[in-house]
Amino acid sequence: MDLFKVVFYLFALITLVASSFVVFSKNIVRSAFSLLFALFGVAGLYVLLLADFLAVTQLMIYVGGILVLIIFGVMLTHRQVSVDMKTGTLQIWPALIITAALAGSLVAISYSTEWKISPMVEAGPTAPKLGEMLLGGYLLPFEIASVVLLVALIGAAMIARRERKT
Amino acid sequence: MLDRVSALARELFVWLQNPGLSHFLVLSAIVFSLGLFAILTRRNAIMVLMGIELILNASNINFVAFSRYSTGTFDGQVVAIFVIILAAAEAAIALAIVLNIYQNFNTINVDELNQLKD
Repeated sequence: MDLFKVVFYLFALITLVASSFVVFSKNIVRSAFSLLFALFGVAGLYVLLLADFLAVTQLMIYVGGILVLIIFGVMLTHRQVSVDMKTGTLQIWPALIITAALAGSLVAISYSTEWKISPMVEAGPTAPKLGEMLLGGYLLPFEIASVVLLVALIGAAMIARRERKT
Repeated sequence: MLDRVSALARELFVWLQNPGLSHFLVLSAIVFSLGLFAILTRRNAIMVLMGIELILNASNINFVAFSRYSTGTFDGQVVAIFVIILAAAEAAIALAIVLNIYQNFNTINVDELNQLKD
């Protein structure tokens, strides 16, 4: 139980520091790389919550796929690599007030509510159970998700490779 | 007044000693707010996308935490898998759109993109 505490605060610290670095850093490349650490911290939290399959999925899809896409996007949309990497901000004070109020109320709600706690599920591999659920009760959403993914990827290729008319 | 503050601080100290469901919820609330702040303030469209990724991760932490502590079933993890799938599709589409906008307008600052055709 003591180890749980240490590991939880370690990964929570990684996630929080990296996420705030993503948001507050002026350099977009640094933001993208600290997003890597934020996603890694979330994967560690998944392991802590006994979701091993989900943690590996997070590492493979987010860190291996989405983050590489985002870094590609950063590199392809900046002409001068050394000059134009800074990104500005706008309307910082209203946004700060709104998000601070929202964060405060959400934290207060999470802290003060008596959440329903069930007896713990026993630790063990989750992949067989998730597979049974995906091909059982969640079969229709699963199939729809696969079609959506196919359509989205074909559409992305079409949009990105369209020739300019000029 | 001082008594109440010190009692609250002691309560908070005891709360911090035992990580449980509410700790994960507080963490995800903070990550959600950071993502929302990125969406509201950054001018670069790719930074807005990173804010969206942060928000989706916060929601996933919530799903998995409730699945672990509250329901005792694996439904939350299945929903989290669907969220990851949709995040992948969203990132691919959004980056394709951003690349196209960059080719047409030579900028991806969201405050300068105020027309539908050039």
